Amino acid sequence: MDSALLVDRIHFAFTITFHYLFPQLTMGLAPLIVVLKTLGLRRNDEVYNQAVRFWGRIFGINFVMGVVTGIPMEFQFGTNWSHFSRFAGGVIGQTLAMEGMFAFFLESAFLGLFLYGEKRLGPRGHWWSAVAVFLGSWLSGFFIIVTDAWMQHPVGFVRAADGSVQLASFWALVLNPWAWWQYAHNMSGAVITGAIVMASVGAFYLLWGKFEAQGRIFVRVGVVAGLIFSVFQLFPTGDGQGRMIAAHQPATLAAIEALFVSQTGAPLVILGQPNVAERKIDNPIEVPNALSFLTYRAWKADVQGLDAVPPDMWPENIALLYYSYHIMVGLGTVFIAIMVVAAFLLWRGKLFSARWMLWILLLALPFPYIANTAGWMTAELGRQPWLVYGLMRTAEGYSKMVSAGNVMFTLLGFLGMYTVLGILFLFLVQREIDRGPVGEVSSGH
Amino acid sequence: METLWLMIVAGMLVAYVVLDGFDLGAGAIYLGAGKTSEERRKILRAIGPVWDGNEVWLVAAGGTLYFAFPLLYASSFSGFYLPLMMVLWLLMLRGIGIELRAHMENPVWVGFFDLIFCASSVLLAIFFGAALGNVVRGVPLGADGYFFEPLWTNFRVGANPGILDWYTVLTGVIALVTLTAHGSLYIAVKTDGALNQRTRGIATWAWPVQVVLTVVGVVATCYVQPTVLDNFEHHAVGLLIPVVVFGSLGVMIYAIRKGSDKLAFVASSFYIVGMLGGAAFALYPVVLPASTDPAHRSLTIYNTAAGRHGLTVGLTWWIPAVILALGYFVLLFRMFRGKVRLEGEGY
Repeated sequence: MDSALLVDRIHFAFTITFHYLFPQLTMGLAPLIVVLKTLGLRRNDEVYNQAVRFWGRIFGINFVMGVVTGIPMEFQFGTNWSHFSRFAGGVIGQTLAMEGMFAFFLESAFLGLFLYGEKRLGPRGHWWSAVAVFLGSWLSGFFIIVTDAWMQHPVGFVRAADGSVQLASFWALVLNPWAWWQYAHNMSGAVITGAIVMASVGAFYLLWGKFEAQGRIFVRVGVVAGLIFSVFQLFPTGDGQGRMIAAHQPATLAAIEALFVSQTGAPLVILGQPNVAERKIDNPIEVPNALSFLTYRAWKADVQGLDAVPPDMWPENIALLYYSYHIMVGLGTVFIAIMVVAAFLLWRGKLFSARWMLWILLLALPFPYIANTAGWMTAELGRQPWLVYGLMRTAEGYSKMVSAGNVMFTLLGFLGMYTVLGILFLFLVQREIDRGPVGEVSSGH
Repeated sequence: METLWLMIVAGMLVAYVVLDGFDLGAGAIYLGAGKTSEERRKILRAIGPVWDGNEVWLVAAGGTLYFAFPLLYASSFSGFYLPLMMVLWLLMLRGIGIELRAHMENPVWVGFFDLIFCASSVLLAIFFGAALGNVVRGVPLGADGYFFEPLWTNFRVGANPGILDWYTVLTGVIALVTLTAHGSLYIAVKTDGALNQRTRGIATWAWPVQVVLTVVGVVATCYVQPTVLDNFEHHAVGLLIPVVVFGSLGVMIYAIRKGSDKLAFVASSFYIVGMLGGAAFALYPVVLPASTDPAHRSLTIYNTAAGRHGLTVGLTWWIPAVILALGYFVLLFRMFRGKVRLEGEGY
C-alpha cells in the first residue's frame, strides 16, 4: 500500500469521525427542540420556553463545533482526494453544491435568529426559526446521504470520454433507492442520539434533585422519542438497509457477517472473532439459519459467502468491519430494551422515582455516539476496496501530487486541533448542564 | 454555459469577500479599536448573528466550484494543499474564538480568545489575498492538470514559485488593508460614540495606503502576468473596472469625510467587487494559468467544466436556491439592523 494513500485514509477517517459526533446531535436535537417549542406555545408554559433556551444553548455550542469541523470535510475532497473529485465531480458535485446552497444558508441564517432573536421575533416567529433550523439540518443530512449512497450504489451517470463520470439523470441520483433507506436509517440514528442525550440530562437533574420540572420534561420527551426511533432503527430502516446491501454488495454482506463459506441455511453469528487467515470464526455463538431468514425471508435460502468473491474484491479490513457491524446492531438492541422498560415505567407513572432506571438513562449517554460511529464504519469499510462501488478503487482516488509527509503534517495538526476542541466542548457543555435551564444566564448565549 | 457558471462561482466568491470580509476586517481591528470590554462586546455583537452565514458563502462557493469545474477544484485544492489546511485551522480558531469567548467569564481566558480572534482574522485576510495572488500569477501545472506548490521557494515569481513570493505577499497585504478599511466602516455603521469615531479614524488612515497599494498592485500584476491586459484591449467593457475601482475609492473618502458611514461602506464593497471582478475579467477564460507552457497547460473554464447536462440541470436548482439564500440574508440583516446595543441575550 502506498503510504500517502494510507495517511490520506486515516486523515479522512479521523476528521469525519470526529466531525460526525456533532451533526448527529444537531440533527437529533433539532426536531426535539421543535417539539418542546410547540408544547411551550400550546400550553403557554414558561417551563418549556426555558427548556428550549437551554437546549438552544447546547445546540449552539454543538452547531459551531459541527460547522468548524465540517468545512474541512468539503475541502478534503479536493485536497486529499483530488483524483476522486475529478472522476466523480460531474455527479456528486451536484449534491454537495446543493447542500451548500439549500441547507447551509437556511441553517446558518435561522440559527442566528433562533439563538439571538427570540425577543424580536415573538413566540410564533421563534417557532418558525426553530423549524427552519430543523429543516436546514435535515436537508444537509439528505444531500450528504445522497452523495454517499451514490458512492455505495452509483446510478444516473454516464462515462465521459476522459474517463470521468457525468450526470445523466438528476432524478435517478436523488431517487436512488439506496439513498432513501440510508437516509431514514441515518436520521433515525441521529434522533436516537438526541433522545438519549435529552433523557440522560433529564435523568441527571432528577437524580441530582435540581431543576426537576425540566428534568421530567427532558426524560419524558427523550424516552418517547427514543422508543419510537430505536424501534424504527431496527425495522423497517435497518432491515431495508441490510437488504440493499444483500442485493447490491454481496461481498460486503458476507464480510460484515464474517461468512467465509457460501451455504444453504446460513447461521447468524452473535459473538465470535473472525479469523481471516483460516477463514473461520473463533469461539462462535450462532443462531442456525437465521442469516438466511433475515436476508431472504427463508430459513434455507442460499447466502453467498466470501469464497464466492475473488479476494481482491474483499473489503480489506474484515475484522474491523465485522466488529463495527456487530457493535452497531448490539447497541441498537440494547437501546430498544432500555427504552421499552423506561417507557413502561413512564406509562405506569413510576419512572421519575425509579432511580436505577434514571441511572441507566444517565449512563447511556455515550453509547448512541458509539453506535452511530460504528454504523458509518460499517457503511464505509463495507464499501472497500471501492471508493465508488464497482467504478473506482480507493487506491485510485487520492491526491497523488501531495506527499505522505505533507498529509502526515496536517493529520497531526488536526489531531492536536481536535483534541483542544474536544476538551473545550466538553468543558462548555458540562458547565451549561451544571448551570441548568432555569435562572440567570451569564452574558453568554 | 461555462462562462455563465464562471460568473456564478466568481459572483459567489465576491459575495463571500464582501460579506465575510467585513467581519474579518472587524476581527483585524478588534484589539486596536475596542479599548474597553464593552466596546469589544459591541464589535462581536455587530458581527455575531451574521458571521457564520457570511462564511457559508465560502462553503457554498466551494461546493459550486466543485460542481461546475471539478478539475479546477481537484487541481487547485490539492496543489494549494498546505495553505488551504492552514486556512481551515484559522477558520476553526476564529469561529471558536468568537463563539466561546462569550461563554468565558475569567478575564484571562477572555483576553486569550480575544487575541485568537484578532490574530486569526488578520492571518486569514493575508492568506486570502495571497491565494488570489497565486491564481493570477500562475502555478507550475503539469501536463495532467495537477501541481503541488510548497509554501515558499526563493520568493521570486517564475517557473518554480512558492505560495509566498514577493508578489503574493503584496496581494496579501493589499487584502489586509482593504478588509481592515471594510471592517472598520462596517463597525462604524453599526456603532456610535467613541467606537464609531475610532473606526472611522482607522478607515481614514487606511485610505491613502489603499490608494497607493491599488496602483502598486496593478503595476505589479501587469509585470508578473502581462497577459492580463489582453482582455482589456479587446473588450472595451473592461474599462468600466478601473472606473469602478477608483470611483469607489473617491466616494469612500468623500463619504468618510462627510460622516456618512453607510455610503462609505457601500463604496468599499464596490471597490472589492471591482478589484476581484477585474482579476476574473483579466484572466478569462483562463481560471488557473500555468507558469510553464501557459498556452497548453493553463486550466480554462472549458477544459475543467463538468458535463453539459449536469450544468444545465444545475441552473434549475441554483437559481431558486440563490433567491432563497438572498431572502434569508435580507431577513437576517433586517432583524439585526440599526446600531448594536448591549442589553438582551447574545455576546
